[in-house]
Amino acid sequence: MYVYDEYDQKIVDERVAQYRDQTARFLDGKLTDEQFLPLRLQNGLYVQRLAPMLRIAVPYGLMSSRQLRKIAQLSRDYDKGYVHVSTRQNIQFNWPELAEVPDLLAELASVQMHSIQTSGNCIRNTTTDQYAGVAVDELEDPRPWCEIIRQWSTLHPEFAFLPRKFKIAVCGTAEDRAAIYAHDIGLELVHNAAGEKGFKVLVGGGLGRTPVIGSQICPFLEPQHLLTYLEAILRVYNQHGRRDNKYKARIKILVKAMGVDAFREAVEKEWAVLRDGPSTLTEDEISRARSFFTAPVYQSLDAETVAAALAEQCSSDPVFGNWVKRNTVAHRVPGYRIVNVSLKATGYAPGDITDEQLELVADLADQYSFGELRTTHEQNIVLADVEQGQLYGLWQALQKAGLATANIGYLTDIICCPGGDYCSLANAKSIPVAEAIQARFEDMDYVYDLGPLELNISGCMNACGHHHIGHIGVLGVDKKGQEFYQVSLGGSQGKDASIGKILGPSFKQEDMPDILENLLTTFLSLRQEDEAFIDTYRRVGIDPFKERVYA
Amino acid sequence: MPRLIRNGAIVEDHGPEVLDLEQWLESTERSSRAVVLEPGESLASLLAHIDEIPMVLVNFPTFMDGRGFSYARELRERGYKGEIRAVGHFLRDQLTYLSRCGFNAFEFDDESELEEALPSLADFSEAYQASVDRPQPLFRRRAK
Ligand code: SF4
Repeated sequence: MYVYDEYDQKIVDERVAQYRDQTARFLDGKLTDEQFLPLRLQNGLYVQRLAPMLRIAVPYGLMSSRQLRKIAQLSRDYDKGYVHVSTRQNIQFNWPELAEVPDLLAELASVQMHSIQTSGNCIRNTTTDQYAGVAVDELEDPRPWCEIIRQWSTLHPEFAFLPRKFKIAVCGTAEDRAAIYAHDIGLELVHNAAGEKGFKVLVGGGLGRTPVIGSQICPFLEPQHLLTYLEAILRVYNQHGRRDNKYKARIKILVKAMGVDAFREAVEKEWAVLRDGPSTLTEDEISRARSFFTAPVYQSLDAETVAAALAEQCSSDPVFGNWVKRNTVAHRVPGYRIVNVSLKATGYAPGDITDEQLELVADLADQYSFGELRTTHEQNIVLADVEQGQLYGLWQALQKAGLATANIGYLTDIICCPGGDYCSLANAKSIPVAEAIQARFEDMDYVYDLGPLELNISGCMNACGHHHIGHIGVLGVDKKGQEFYQVSLGGSQGKDASIGKILGPSFKQEDMPDILENLLTTFLSLRQEDEAFIDTYRRVGIDPFKERVYA
Repeated sequence: MPRLIRNGAIVEDHGPEVLDLEQWLESTERSSRAVVLEPGESLASLLAHIDEIPMVLVNFPTFMDGRGFSYARELRERGYKGEIRAVGHFLRDQLTYLSRCGFNAFEFDDESELEEALPSLADFSEAYQASVDRPQPLFRRRAK
């Protein structure tokens, strides 16, 4: 993974010092609430319902065991002993003291972490595929590019006060696990006709109040031009994005208003000035970035022997076998698997993890996966490089700690924002809905029988729970001061991305498990063979579901 | 005499008369009049006269409006060498960003803030991006 040199460290340290001064001036009354607000937001600090919430950047989801141990310690020293993995692969503290945040940040900086630009109207953490570098269907590892973008976007002087937040995602695989069509800018590593690598550039995707699927603005961008092209897009947005209405301020609205062709033309015009300038990437820089993401020293294993041994273990311990089937994924190196650590045990808030669990995962990463791990936008953790022969030992350790719920990609692997329990923007709670649904569908055979199913819950229109792109989406709404839930169907986050369609009038919280059950029974009655929910939905449309639920 | 920060020091201002963009474009004495840019105005008309501008003021009606940052950078990228002064409601916490975008003068609403604000110009000694005050991005400067 990327390792700071003296320059990176200095930039982060200087930001801590600056933020310490800003906090002191605020506490002294020298900065008003209104002035301090964007300054603290740009450093990840929200003031929430019950306490501040601090969002720590996990660049493209990658962490070392050492960093994870630090998070565990900080969660004990400054918080209540647990943290939350967000849908942007970041980590959130829920209860730090505002005055202590500078100290917390200084400790984070000692393990090369920070909270820069995890909120506010600036360029946010760049996200990518949680299986980057190990996926079987990968054209190229996106992480060096994410790191190049991270550095470029960190404290960018021109783009720190944009009309609204700005999110970039990169993917390098056939299957898009980074939801690039739902980002302000989506980048896909592709080959052109001549077999050269470059980027397909999408712009203007996004969720929120007006969900939009991104449009292609450039079919093939040569890699050395990545940063100048991004600057051109950002500049057009910075100058022309709306600032009069925060709900119309995202780049998607600008792209729609101008039309993608006119927008492209404006970008090309800016780009003509920036292109081939000093920000043009050099071969040296690209190889430097790549040098941090080389393959670890894998054992050379005989795939067949290893597979046979694993199959044997799976059949003698079916619970283990089931976990392997549900929570592990093919690895590009023979004899290895990618392991998903589920943070979706019934009875716990989706994505929450305690200090002890964090330390255990850090130890397991050291023992089984070269000391690295990834957070995922589905709010789980991935150990990417596990030898198949060691899966059993890993599983036993995870199971003891409640981290082996075999539900990855199934109904109960719910994506869920913190919602009304924590978030001051919420219209409604989201965690209790997730928990009630998990509790209702405890019969895992039934859950597996439903096949792959994404259920995403957001507590308000800001859509942190990505409800628009869940096969089933749930959105908390406020009806005359009461919490209600609107259901949508047919969203999808892959390359065939789609925005879910609203089913109809919203429901009360206590009815949600019944509504879900109704929807699922309808699905099972309409399903052909082993069809996935999303495919059945696409075949039959929303009407049969509507009829049943509102009957 | 108003005081301001210019080129890293607190100085008294002896600037020229200031016109808004429309007045400036119509003026026959453009080369001895400063022009003030407001967010949302198009830079294109000004760029056509880039050699005649003695001084540009960029107004920040609120410190949250980041359009002014792009104005300064675009002017510098197109070769403008004169003074670019931030006026209005920007914050000292923005000084490094502003100067990296090409601002070299800062006129605060409240002059009594100048002394305290001055050190903020040095909040960051390093940065990743190419910028007006340091045209080579870090990746071209990094010791190998
Ligand atoms: S979706 Fe709304 S309620 Fe949920 S975390 Fe985001 S802002 Fe808060």
